[in-house]
Amino acid sequence: MFGFTSIERFFIEIGDFTYFTKRFFQEIFTKPFEYKELLRQCYNIGNKSLFLVSVTAFIIGLVITLQTRPTLQEFGAESWMPSMVSISIIREIGPVIIALTFAGRIASGIGAELGSMRVTEQIDAMEVSGTNPFKYLVVTRVVAATLMLPILVIIGDAIALYGSYIIENLKGDVSLTLYFTKAINALSYTDIIPATIKTFFFGFAIGLVGCYKGFNCDKGTVGVGMAANSAVVFASMLLFILDFIAVFITDIFFEI
Amino acid sequence: MTTNSNTKIKQEITSQKQPIIKLENLKKAFGDNVVLNGFNLELFEGENLVIMGKSGSGKSVMIKCLIGLTEVDSGNIEIMGKNLRSLNQNELNELRTEVGFLFQGSALYDSMTVRENLEFPLRRHKQKFGIVNDTTPLVEEALNSVGLLSAINLMPAELSGGMKRRIALARTLILKPKIILYDEPTSGLDPITSKEIIELMRNIQSQYNTSSLIITHDVDCARVVSERMILLIDGVNYAEGTFNELSNSKDEKIKAFFKH
Repeated sequence: MFGFTSIERFFIEIGDFTYFTKRFFQEIFTKPFEYKELLRQCYNIGNKSLFLVSVTAFIIGLVITLQTRPTLQEFGAESWMPSMVSISIIREIGPVIIALTFAGRIASGIGAELGSMRVTEQIDAMEVSGTNPFKYLVVTRVVAATLMLPILVIIGDAIALYGSYIIENLKGDVSLTLYFTKAINALSYTDIIPATIKTFFFGFAIGLVGCYKGFNCDKGTVGVGMAANSAVVFASMLLFILDFIAVFITDIFFEI
Repeated sequence: MTTNSNTKIKQEITSQKQPIIKLENLKKAFGDNVVLNGFNLELFEGENLVIMGKSGSGKSVMIKCLIGLTEVDSGNIEIMGKNLRSLNQNELNELRTEVGFLFQGSALYDSMTVRENLEFPLRRHKQKFGIVNDTTPLVEEALNSVGLLSAINLMPAELSGGMKRRIALARTLILKPKIILYDEPTSGLDPITSKEIIELMRNIQSQYNTSSLIITHDVDCARVVSERMILLIDGVNYAEGTFNELSNSKDEKIKAFFKH
């Protein structure tokens, strides 16, 4: 940008991002709808992240249990393990860690893909052919990310609990039924619903930031790398801010 | 600087045909960098007009302003009698179906096959061609006209530079535009492939009866395809004329373009 200070650039970036978000909400409700592309993006974003999310969640389950067990054992409270793990995973660790993994894969992927389309004039070519590239590329990816992340988090949470059960079973000889009965009994709707709702916002933020960085990419091939990199950084930062807001609001309404 | 004989040529064309594209006093700057500073242009029906200029002289910016990809600071853009700046998005999209654009780097969609690349522009314009579902005849016709029907199921990554340019041209042709804008059609290609592309451009013009605006700094390309040329220097029309008139000019700035 021409001769702006870093503070001015920061506010210009915020302004551009706000305008981009506004355009998203304008385009999402106007015809034509790109259903086919939306389904393709749901597959790309959801299915292709499943393996990474599953492995991450499984390891989280193992590690939390391994590290917490000695302390609980010290107080003779090993039986609380399923309750403790399920509450911490469902409420906070599952959504945040899976969203961060998702941001690393999806925000950077979208940023690089759209960025390279921008610098190779593919986005211009779409526009010239009479297709709205914002609707085709941005709206579909943001909606797909918004819808897919909650599903991935639900699957990831279940896998993390299974990982935790494996450690419990090896160390304490707990059956699968007993473990999951205890884990689920410890949860209430105020644990599950706010945690699930916030994942929609996480998914939306990750998709939007990735698209924003990619769609507005410049400076040639160097810009593509910068778009991918800054998409992950910006999305991760935004996740923590959104998480704080979500926890704060949940606390007001449900007194967690 | 406009030569007298060029005025004559222009008058001859004007007396027979209407301008299909008209740019008046086009101005565009990026910060302090003034790229276009009152550029004017008229393209007539069936004409091949070449714009030459040094790299970074604003040729690509001008052509992108012309199709509405870049917004101009001031000036008037008229395509087929419609003022581009007063059109809404739907009207602009409709007008864009009449104007094909061949991008410098071909701009094929990496994630799609050649067939899908060609089908893409048809998605929103099936009614124009009375297509219900099957776009195959149109795709095959366009690929035949560039001699690459055999590449229909290939991915762009599997194509050579020349093939990519041909496929991009086929994609441009699929909407049967009245005007084709070429942005450096031979850049980055070897001399033999460049000649093939130039030949193809001439064939397409006679086959589809299109008007062409060609941005280039390739003198050979300009010599073969141009009926009229404009030299873009310092954001304005520095000189206009036929290839022979300009290449024989005594002006140092003009001569610099034709030195090998």
